Order: sequence, then structure tokens, then C-alpha cells
Amino acid sequence: MPKYILIDHTADIGIDVFGTTIEELFANAAFAQFDIITDLSKVECKVEYPVKISGIDREQLLVIWLSELLYLHDVKYLLFKDFHITDMNENQLTASVCGEVFNDDKHVIKTEIKAVTYHGLSIVQENHQWKARVIFDL
Amino acid sequence: MADDKYKIQKIDDYRWRIPREGKMRVDGIVYADEHMLEEIQKDESLQQVINVSYLPGIVSHSLAMPDIHWGYGFPIGGVAAFDMDEGVVSPGGVGYDINCGVRLLRTGLSRVEISNKLESVVNTLFVNIPSGVGSHRKDLKLSQHEVKNVLKNGARWAISHGYGTKEDLEHIEEKGCIPGADPELVSNRAIERGLAQLGTLGSGNHFVEVGYVSEIYDEETARVLGLEKDGVTIVVHTGSRGLGYQVCDDFIRVMIDASRKYNIELPDRQLCCAPINSPEGKEYLAAMACAANYAFANRQMITHWVRESFERALHVSPKESKISLVYDVCHNIAKFEEHVVDGQKKRLCVHRKGATRAFPPNHPDTPDAYKSVGQPVLIPGDMGRCSYVLVGTEKAYYDTFGSTCHGAGRVMSRNQAMKIAKGRSIAQELKEKGILVRADSRATLDEELPEAYKDVTEVVDIVEHAGISRKVAQLKPMCVIKG
Repeated sequence: MPKYILIDHTADIGIDVFGTTIEELFANAAFAQFDIITDLSKVECKVEYPVKISGIDREQLLVIWLSELLYLHDVKYLLFKDFHITDMNENQLTASVCGEVFNDDKHVIKTEIKAVTYHGLSIVQENHQWKARVIFDL
Repeated sequence: MADDKYKIQKIDDYRWRIPREGKMRVDGIVYADEHMLEEIQKDESLQQVINVSYLPGIVSHSLAMPDIHWGYGFPIGGVAAFDMDEGVVSPGGVGYDINCGVRLLRTGLSRVEISNKLESVVNTLFVNIPSGVGSHRKDLKLSQHEVKNVLKNGARWAISHGYGTKEDLEHIEEKGCIPGADPELVSNRAIERGLAQLGTLGSGNHFVEVGYVSEIYDEETARVLGLEKDGVTIVVHTGSRGLGYQVCDDFIRVMIDASRKYNIELPDRQLCCAPINSPEGKEYLAAMACAANYAFANRQMITHWVRESFERALHVSPKESKISLVYDVCHNIAKFEEHVVDGQKKRLCVHRKGATRAFPPNHPDTPDAYKSVGQPVLIPGDMGRCSYVLVGTEKAYYDTFGSTCHGAGRVMSRNQAMKIAKGRSIAQELKEKGILVRADSRATLDEELPEAYKDVTEVVDIVEHAGISRKVAQLKPMCVIKG
């Protein structure tokens, strides 16, 4: 099972993300986001960041989680590749993420993601497998 | 033509009705011809037209322009107006890129004068106008305090800091500053993102394009707009960058809570909203005005660097290049405007998400210089074909809350576009057509390849036939910079 697949959306880009646990689902969604932004094979784990967020439900938590990482990318020029979720429930998530600062000689930006939207957002559990759909604004 | 999924009724050759049913409060009306309507039905955009019609206080119709395509929340190409007392304001009806817009510059230069210097023009523009991750002008350092002045004053801030002239302001929608902006309602995060990105182009479909007037459809109006056949033009397309995205994101969270608080039933969470007169609604509008003003300042600064680039690349003085502003339009915005509803004048909150204001001749908000012809409407096409200059009409004022299309509209997902572009050099193909392109990322060029878009000519022909805008001139590209 792949971590995620891209889905066709006329203006923007969407992902279907998979995971055997909810933690893995969230980590894979973050991986997908940065895989869309850059070539992750060129990114190393050099800096670590703690992330702590909260939301009204699991779906909003997913959007806020991805938005938080996008904000760090935008202001600190960070590219993340590893996502370790240490604790989470329906309303809260604590994680440690690592990656490195964008370097023009080494990294490429494939796509700029403007934002993580709530449109068509879903998280479901089927046959011991978690699946989420997220659409990004490009 | 009948369609089972949406029960579409034909009104005339260019308008289609989705009749009100179930929870819809008003009809949906789509501007398209038969062929385009078939294309439109391939994605989810008509469902989005229906979803918008569910929102409280929506007036007359939920409208879609012919460049409609699947967005998030509102369709792209969507227009909806809301009653000031019963209506709502929705950040999803404006979008993340608040006041994404287009401005058109004219010059005193002709196509032949610059045709052998295009390489130098495109390279100078690419160096002078920052695009790509982390790039910004080294000569621009802003304090938090200064950014707040940008948010309050928009293009006026840019001009008072030497980026352009006072005359420029007369040729910008809202004169480059939306009233009611309150920087205290903009989060620290938004300001932090705004600090680093003022005066940058951004990536995706944003660009600066140098072209020429390839066709004139109405000599008299073109003369009033200062456009001559073969005259060199410049189109700038960008918006409010990370600051706008953050304002939208912050307020979507506020509006999700507000929708619950005010018992507003949502068909899609992205349509979350609050009554216009509620504290949440007022605060969003005041923060949105800040982001809109930031975008006006952004396009104004880029205009200044376009002027400088022409001077440097062509060794012509500003007096010789005569670069002046034709107009600047917003195409992602919510505004308070007066319209006629059932024969009565009413103040409404008009949301335009991927749609352009198209006010008629003699409207108070049509700039003085254009009072006799109508407000200019600027419709960029894809990189390889052409763009159009139109003007607004009376019919637009009465039928579409003074609105028209905003661009070509995508037909292909970025994913499909990348697959089709694989193994091709889009830059080389464009060069063979005489169009030079410089982009920060090759992926951007692939995603934005001309075939990924509807033919803008078809879109513009529909709005003209439907009478909601009038064609004035066609512009063809010569060189383009993209993020």
C-alpha cells in the first residue's frame, strides 16, 4: 500500500492518504504534502521541531497539522521529511518533525502549496486501514 | 439540453439555470455555451454552484462565469451577493489568495522597437522581480509597524514610498485601498509571512508578461484606454501572498466555530461563514481588507520594478517608455456595493471568487478617465495564446452584480498537465512560437502549459455574446516571467 496517491482536481491538487494507525495516517499526510512541494530524496534530517496543535475534531486536526507545517515551511524555509507523532487524540496532537532549511543548490521546489483546504475533507477507517482525503490550494 | 444530475434548463444560448430545489434558496445560473457546459459538467463545479445557493441571505442567484471550474467551497468563477441584514460573509467565497488580481500597463513603445531586445527584457525582469522560495528584494527591509501601514493604505503606501506615481492610483479598483482595514485583526503569523513576501510574485499561475496589442475590436474605446495596435503592454498577475493565505486560514477556523454558533447548516465545511453584521463577519471583512491592500501594494511595487527593468534593459528613459497604468482589477474579493434587486437599490456584500468586477459607463466607481466607455476588465489567457481587454456593461450591472469572467480556467488537473508535459520542453516550444519564458521552477512551466487551460477566446466570446462585457483589444505575449 502506498503512503498516498494524488487525485485529479482541476485547479488544485488532492491526496488520498493511507495508514494502518491514525498516527501513521497523519505522518503520511505530512509526507505527501512535502513530497508535492519538493524532491524529498534530497532532504536530510538536520533540524528538529516540536509541534503541538489542537482542533475541534479529527478532520480539523488534520488540516491544522498540515497548515502548521506549511507555515513553518513558509516563514523558516524548512523542508520536512520525517514526522514522529508522539501523542494524539481527537482534539490534540504532539509531534516531533525533522528536515532542513531550503538550499537553492541542493533542493528543488516542485509546487508551491498556498493552503490546506476543508473542501471534500474526510477521514475514514475501513478494514483496519485509515484513509483520508485532503485538497490543497495551489 | 437536459441533464439528469443537475436538471439544467436552457435560458438562452449563453445562460443555463439550475432551478431551486431542496435546500437551495435561489436558482443557480451558469454562463456558458452548450459545448462549454458539457466540459463544466465533467468536474464538481456545478455542485459547488448549488452549495453556494444554500447560504443564508443569498440574493437573486448563485452565479457562475464561463471560466468556472472546480475550486474549494465556492467554484472558481463563482459570484454571489448577500443581503446586508440576513446575509453572510464567507472566507471560502473569497479564497486564500485574497485580492489576487491583474493589472495592465501600456507603454509608448511599439512591438518592433523591442522585438530584438526581448532576451534582455525578460532576464532583467526575472532578476528585478523576486519569485521562488525565500527570494525577496535585498533593498527592502520592513518593520512590523511598516507592514501595518501597508495593510491600512495599500497602493497608497507604495506610492508614498516612491513606487510609482499618484496618477497610478486613479487607475486601480478602489483606488488601491479598500476602506475599513484594521491591522490589529491580522494575526502575528500573517504579518510574519507578509514581512518577507511583500514585492514578490509567487509561483503557480502568477506572472509578469510583456506583450503587444494584436487586435483591436473597438477603436474608440481602445483610444480611451490608451491602447494602440502593436503597442507594447505589460500584464502583472499576483495577489496577497502568504499574508492573504494566513488571513483566510485564520478566519476559516473562526468561521467554523461561528457557523455552529449561528446555526448555519453547511453543505461543505469550506463554505463556513458568519452573518455580515456579526462580530466574526465584521472582523473577517476588516482583516480581508488588509490582505487586499497588501496585494494592491504588491502589484504597485512590481509595477515600479517593471518600469526600472525597461529602463535598464532598453536604455530608454521613463519619458520615452511612457509606462502607465491602464487598470488594476481584483478577482478574489468580497465588497460592499449598491445593486438593483427587484427594481430597488440595495447595498449588498458581493463575493467574487475568480470573477472580475465589470461596472458600466457612468457608474460612480468607474474611473473618471473611463466614464464614457465602462470599467476596464483584464482577462489573462495561458502562456501561449493571448489575453483580452474588455469593458463592463449595463447588462452586467443588472444581471451579474456587475461581474464577468476572470481568465481562461483550467481544463486539466496539474497532475494530467505534468503527464502530458513529460519529455517535452515547454520553454522551447514557446520559444519556437516567439515567446520567451523564464521560470523559477520547471514544474511550474509544465503545470501551466497552454493546453491545461480552456481557450480564453471561447470564454471571452461567451461573456460578450451574453452582453456582460464588451471586447476592446487582444494582447499577445512576447515574454513571460513566472515563479
